[in-house]
Amino acid sequence: MSAIAFPLPDPGILARREEIVAGLARLVAPEALITAEDERRPYETDALTAYRRLPLAVVLPSTTQEVAAVLKFCGEQGVPVVPRGAGTSLAGGAIPQEDAVVIGVSKMNRILTIDYANRTAKVQAGVTNLAVTGEVSAEGFFYAPDPSSQLACSIGGNIGMNSGGAHCLKYGVTTNNVLGVTMVLLDGSIVEVGGAHLDSAGYDILGLINGSEGQLGIITEATVRILRAAEGARPVLFGFPTSEQAGAAVAAIIGAGIIPVAMEFMDKPAIEICEAFAHAGYPMDVEALLIIEVEGSDTEMDAQLARIVAIAREHGVKTVKESRSAMEAAAIWKGRKSAFGATGRIADYICMDGTIPTGQLPYVLRRMDEIVKGYGLRVANVFHAGDGNLHPLILYNCNDPIEAQKAEDAGMDILKLCVEVGGCLTGEHGVGIEKRDLMTFQFNPEDLNQQMRVRAVFDQRWLLNPAKVFPLEGRVAA
Amino acid sequence: MTLHIPTTEAQACAIVKSVIDSGVPLSIGGGGTRAGLGRPTQTQSTLSSAGLTGITLYEPAEMVIAARAGTPLAEVERTLAERGQMLPFEPMDHRPLLGTEGQPTIGAIAAGNISGPRRINAGAARDSLIGIRLVNGRGEAIKSGGRVMKNVTGLDLVKLVAGSYGTLGFLTEVTFRVLPKPERIVTLAWRGLSDEAAIALLCTALGSPYEPFAAAHLPAGIGAEQPRTLLRLENFSDSIDYRSGELIARLAAHGAPEMVEGQDSVELWRDVRDARVFAGTDEAVWRLSLAPTDGPKATASIAARVPGARWFYDWGGGLVWLAVPAGTDAAADAIRTAIRPLGGHATLVRAPAAIRASVPVFEPLSEPLMRLTAGIKTSFDPAGIFEPGRMYAGV
Repeated sequence: MSAIAFPLPDPGILARREEIVAGLARLVAPEALITAEDERRPYETDALTAYRRLPLAVVLPSTTQEVAAVLKFCGEQGVPVVPRGAGTSLAGGAIPQEDAVVIGVSKMNRILTIDYANRTAKVQAGVTNLAVTGEVSAEGFFYAPDPSSQLACSIGGNIGMNSGGAHCLKYGVTTNNVLGVTMVLLDGSIVEVGGAHLDSAGYDILGLINGSEGQLGIITEATVRILRAAEGARPVLFGFPTSEQAGAAVAAIIGAGIIPVAMEFMDKPAIEICEAFAHAGYPMDVEALLIIEVEGSDTEMDAQLARIVAIAREHGVKTVKESRSAMEAAAIWKGRKSAFGATGRIADYICMDGTIPTGQLPYVLRRMDEIVKGYGLRVANVFHAGDGNLHPLILYNCNDPIEAQKAEDAGMDILKLCVEVGGCLTGEHGVGIEKRDLMTFQFNPEDLNQQMRVRAVFDQRWLLNPAKVFPLEGRVAA
Repeated sequence: MTLHIPTTEAQACAIVKSVIDSGVPLSIGGGGTRAGLGRPTQTQSTLSSAGLTGITLYEPAEMVIAARAGTPLAEVERTLAERGQMLPFEPMDHRPLLGTEGQPTIGAIAAGNISGPRRINAGAARDSLIGIRLVNGRGEAIKSGGRVMKNVTGLDLVKLVAGSYGTLGFLTEVTFRVLPKPERIVTLAWRGLSDEAAIALLCTALGSPYEPFAAAHLPAGIGAEQPRTLLRLENFSDSIDYRSGELIARLAAHGAPEMVEGQDSVELWRDVRDARVFAGTDEAVWRLSLAPTDGPKATASIAARVPGARWFYDWGGGLVWLAVPAGTDAAADAIRTAIRPLGGHATLVRAPAAIRASVPVFEPLSEPLMRLTAGIKTSFDPAGIFEPGRMYAGV
């Protein structure tokens, strides 16, 4: 599969490799610099594994000052830089290029301070998402954004991609949960944006940084909100005879003034794949499954569930299955959160990530099915029903180049469909390289030029993660 | 004074293009109720959103509403209320504090990132703002975001524009995420607590599983003789009974609170939201944003430096509304010196124009942040025609 183009490596930089590596070696400890080909190999891709580029060198700094020294050097030398968290991007956001230095924050993995009274945690950028929750869970707190990759993905990467998760219907995505960052700019200057307080005056540069995909600088520390967990949480399975009924039930629940913490949708292929993997007790005789999670005390959850069940019954629900123990609840979520991994056991897949207005759900599901069948492939659907964020998994065989191309084409058609119905190309995975060339479907040239002019304030020469987000043609530098 | 009132986005683009040629800077106007926020500007022309009105999209089941920028906030709120919904962030009404009249617009809520007490739980205006259309300083109509709440496609210009006070462009349409109104609202009010004890109470409550939606402390003399410490719960009725009971038990060391419901509760929070206790005085009014436990430290430090200072706390202690004798500089240096070690921000919300022209209204930025700020301004508005100097001198 080679449909997505990379910029041609700069021969001048490749020719200066020895010199550049020697320069980097003067700036960081020997163990922080990776130059041998076999040791650079693990950094050649991320979770979009169909694309690989071996970087010029990899640097794994331990301090903000080291990041600053390396960035300043790369800036002076005109060497492209690809920032990297844990390398779990599904959109190719961390895939390097041959003439680039990868700056990874994985060694910056300390939790610096926890402030329960003010409900904040200050962490280094390489700390994993789940480690934040792990650090504070004994006190009953958690960090809200919960992408499926949360065991591995880093806070720095989460901020770079403005990661979401299953529970953002109630708790928001990364940008709603970050109060401040320390970021290193391309000239090596270190800037503190935000802090431990809410809503700094001035332009919301923190809001701009969230989801900027490593194009503005490198985040080395972050202050995030931690929240007190509810007294209890209970996921419940609702099986529906049709997707339309499931979709209508979601709209009716919201219409009744109920915002569950999560409402996850799975279609029949996804149910089968996930059940075979997780043995979560998913009903197998339904076409659509909703996992709806409620929170609160037992009595509160009973009351809220009674309301939800009544609405589901009005919409023809076939099966209602409550988790009766923490173990059952965990199994229900395990099934959903391992959807990608479980799918990977039976076939290769590409995971799309468009968002649609939820009212368009029945139409979009039908159209997606037609699109994928039109290419002779299969699709399994999991998505965040409350907010319309779709994750169709297009199944294919990666050893068959023709089928691989078809899968990619089907995915692109689906994303265009999302834009056509009023949605967007990506809800939480980011643009990366994957959707870069589709940006012109969602934005006109003036929209994109304005984004690129803002980008140029931080990086006029397109050195920071340059192959990503914006189409390679027509780039604006000021 | 020229007043431009476009009725279409295309007209707005044409006006901006003509202004670029003439080089005459523009103020951006909506309902005019917040014209006194920021540094005074020296413009001779105003580009008004008054001709761009009307709700363009409302899908209750998708929890989204879009309106042209000049639509009165009241119309948006009324439309939402008809379907049992609301804006999540309880936007402040600046009219009482600034002594202005007119109809606040939905565009100004976005342009000023105007939030209220609910911000602490449900996020700020900028967190609910999911899409904008804007005419930039090149006279181009651009969009960012859209109508879906999960969207990470490209750079988030929506956030940049939220709180930019018209300096980056002229908003023509804004799209907000909305939420259902709660079935029941109850306020728990404790009396007689010191600032430190009150903020400790609020932090305990906010760190509990019972999800207060608003948390304020009004010291003695702020609207009543006795200090009052307020927690607001919003939920289904049976949950309110349960949660208020749990909170009262957990906070028993601070005494037993009074339970306030209905219109009394609405008025309490309206007064907090709009800082009405400072309405109609000749004091200068500041808004300090801090980590909540730093709130009382900041006020103690300020009280020692600025005689006559009065204050109250919202956001669990993290937002301090501060009134000081206006004097010649609204005590700017003393206030900023007091909060600097705490790492917070101070914004001068109300003061005579001469003071707002001579002291920084917004917290001064570090050198690299100021450089980025100036660059962002230029990227949207290369000729510097929108609200020059409203936020920072020279920007």
